[in-house]
Amino acid sequence: MIDSPALSTPSSHNRRPLSAFGQRFAGRWVFALLLVAGCAVLGLLVLAPLYTLLSKSVENKDGEFVGLDNFAHYLSSGGIESAFFNSLWVAGLSTVIVVFLAFMAAWAITRTRLPFTGWIRGVLVLPILAPSLLPAISLVYLFGNQGVLKSWLFGAEIYGPIGIILGSCFWTFPHALMILLTAMDNADGRHYEAATALKASPWRTFWTVTVPGARYGLVSAAFVVFTLVITDFGVPKVIGGQFDVLATDIYKQVIGQQKFEMGAVISVLLLLPAMLAFVADRYVQRKQSASFTARSVPYKPSHDRRRDAVGALMLTPTLVFIFAIIGMAIYASFVTFWPYNLSLSLNNYDFGRMDGGGWGAYLNSLQMALGTMLIGTALVFFNAWLVERTPQPRLLTGVFQLLSLLPLAVPGLVLGLSYIFFFNHPDNPINFIYGTLFILILSSVTHFYAVSHLTAVTALKQLDKEFEAVGESLKASRWRVLFTVTLPLCLPAILDVALYLFVNAMTTVSAVVFLYGHDSQLASVAVLNMDEAGDIAPAAAMAILITVTCAGAKLLQGVLRFWVDRSTRAWRQGTE
Amino acid sequence: MKHLKQAFALAALTMAMNASAQTELTVYTAVEAEDLKTYAKRFNEEHPDIRINWVRDSTGVITARLLAEKENPQADVVWGLAGTSLLLLKNEGMLQPYAPEGLDKLSPKFRDRDETPSWVGMDAWMAALCVNTIEAEKNNLPMPKSWQDLTKPVYQGHVVMPNPNSSGTGFLDVSAWLQLMGEDEGWTFMDGLHQNISRYTHSGSKPCKMAASGEAAIGVSFAFRGARLKEKGAPLELVFPEEGLGWEVEATAIVNGTDKLDAAQTLVDWSISRKAMEMYNEGYAIVGMPGVAQPVAHFPENAEALIIENDFSWAASNREAILTEWASRYDGKSEAK
Repeated sequence: MIDSPALSTPSSHNRRPLSAFGQRFAGRWVFALLLVAGCAVLGLLVLAPLYTLLSKSVENKDGEFVGLDNFAHYLSSGGIESAFFNSLWVAGLSTVIVVFLAFMAAWAITRTRLPFTGWIRGVLVLPILAPSLLPAISLVYLFGNQGVLKSWLFGAEIYGPIGIILGSCFWTFPHALMILLTAMDNADGRHYEAATALKASPWRTFWTVTVPGARYGLVSAAFVVFTLVITDFGVPKVIGGQFDVLATDIYKQVIGQQKFEMGAVISVLLLLPAMLAFVADRYVQRKQSASFTARSVPYKPSHDRRRDAVGALMLTPTLVFIFAIIGMAIYASFVTFWPYNLSLSLNNYDFGRMDGGGWGAYLNSLQMALGTMLIGTALVFFNAWLVERTPQPRLLTGVFQLLSLLPLAVPGLVLGLSYIFFFNHPDNPINFIYGTLFILILSSVTHFYAVSHLTAVTALKQLDKEFEAVGESLKASRWRVLFTVTLPLCLPAILDVALYLFVNAMTTVSAVVFLYGHDSQLASVAVLNMDEAGDIAPAAAMAILITVTCAGAKLLQGVLRFWVDRSTRAWRQGTE
Repeated sequence: MKHLKQAFALAALTMAMNASAQTELTVYTAVEAEDLKTYAKRFNEEHPDIRINWVRDSTGVITARLLAEKENPQADVVWGLAGTSLLLLKNEGMLQPYAPEGLDKLSPKFRDRDETPSWVGMDAWMAALCVNTIEAEKNNLPMPKSWQDLTKPVYQGHVVMPNPNSSGTGFLDVSAWLQLMGEDEGWTFMDGLHQNISRYTHSGSKPCKMAASGEAAIGVSFAFRGARLKEKGAPLELVFPEEGLGWEVEATAIVNGTDKLDAAQTLVDWSISRKAMEMYNEGYAIVGMPGVAQPVAHFPENAEALIIENDFSWAASNREAILTEWASRYDGKSEAK
């Protein structure tokens, strides 16, 4: 085979044999129609509900159109400058920290020969397995006024930007790591061989091979982290003190004062930075081409003690931070009454006695998470495949990408309320699903669609377009290529997406708090309620139970992934 | 085959009987989750034919949810929500006026003023200071006695209170101060208090929780939360400032458009019965029916005398202006010192 860049990314025109033009053309229509259907589904899950809420931003309390009055009112009310810029710099700084640490971690995992990388991966995703209240409790116990490490802050307070940044870094880290690992997992060993042959230093290889190869992942990760931090109100609400950010402003307007129209105004403003990030993301993505081609040789790091040591060094701070937070939370769940009665007991794990639904809520959460995982993974992957691996009109893919990333820029609180307005409307033919477990599943699939979609797309992008081309020349349909080549090759990423949806559905609070019914209470909401009632230790205990469940799922996924990895790797290399 | 038919008929009959025997009511509430079991149990002792399906969340979330569901309400009854929230729902036309049995026995403060009230009161929760005795001693803080005490320099950086823009409890305090002291003096007082505030929180119970765990020495919060935390072992002293306390009624209402009006009315009737009042009294010092309340642990004995003459309609109509003024004075200053 000839190794030429022109051939590794041929345009679709060159590929199509003229003889079968008509047939192919018909095939195209089927794929385009399927993607239109995909757009319609997302429109129903994202756009329509959002419209019902965001349209209130140009209406007064009685629902009359008032143009931009609400915006003018909000902008003139003062505090907007501080909230807006606070949001920007806190999210910006968190993004820089998280993307740097996640990239170094991904590098250490995929480009060194460190032992136990499976376990390290497991620990690094721990933050995503925990309900968001857990780091908040831990951070207060660690750095609060009674905190064991209070002196480390040199007199500064955890309540404020420091707390928001630490908390945000903790919970967004796995999101970034997941995208970067997907981007770096399938490296082409030939590039590294070439670098070695050219006698490039490891430093130069890092900058000329590793970083460019992960470029798309880096930008995506930055985009995701920035948007997650700027739209999250959980961390700022609990630990931000009175440090104003846009997301807590929404909370004030909607929950504090029941002013939906003002909440809608801020939500629209919140979409702006997210949209900017989206445009930047698209711009970079256009330049991305497949890094793992049909002729690629999977990269295997050589023996290099020094490089491995650097990798270990890069991982250490992140691992220590994660262990400290989780460890503190586990400790907190056994303490009788922090910080005045530190005797340990198991009482806090007696959920039968606790309020907020106890074991019933836990089972509901489990069902909801499984449903989200099954429906979400199928939907995400099929749509991503349509976008990436079938011929589609450019406009359509653009629309789809926008729709699929939009949920990321919507705070959970806004999504939850939108779902009430839309799905509970008397004229909505499917309003019977309101208040059931199913709407919780739909809202969770939507809420976590964007990152799942990015992961799926990143994985699919890395596969050479030639797989389909070869398939075509062998008269195998795209469907057959999908099931015999693409799906098996993407199984690791599919498993990642499934796990991501499962654990997020287990831990989410912000949207579902508006949607659960009397018989679909959730464990994550129970955690919040117990904390609200001052039962911090039982809240921590329930949070740990959720975390352990998610860790179990992660372990199961890890075993599956190992098995898949081994079998597909062997298959990819053509040995056995 | 015949047997099968009989079995079916029997099954259908039992189901029909069950259906008539059990009406299910969806009840929205902000009452403490651990109390809901008791509420339902006591109610079912007299009305086993009505099953309560609770949907519970914090006051702000439940209110937002009720308002968002306006076009197609899911709740049949609201049992245990702040009067201010119910006023909001009433103005949206979401409540069904109903004069329950025994309405005349209710204190006039504890009902909607309309002839046929849209809501009827259960109990009142009132403001209180949660003071952490260990932290107070550590920092040599004297026990405050009045609201004015809180403006003394000795308390600088030790006081936490809820932001009235995020929390009903916070607004309750601010509106009470303005009513107690008059507008000018009220704002002067808050200016002074602001100097001592270490932070404003987004939830009304958070200041007391922070005091309980030693994150702050003094939390401006409400008595119920303080009493519960004390019960759980927190080193708290509840202080009821002598000038008077803001308070808020917790009430019951029927949601307009419910198709289970009979059952809803039965529930509302019971919610202001003497038995119910005695039940509320287990956690609250002030209840809607005069002469019922017995002293409650950790609450002052003369609780009723401590609360101010709260003008709810004044508070409601001036809410917007007060919150704007408050925000322009104290919000956005990211770190108060």
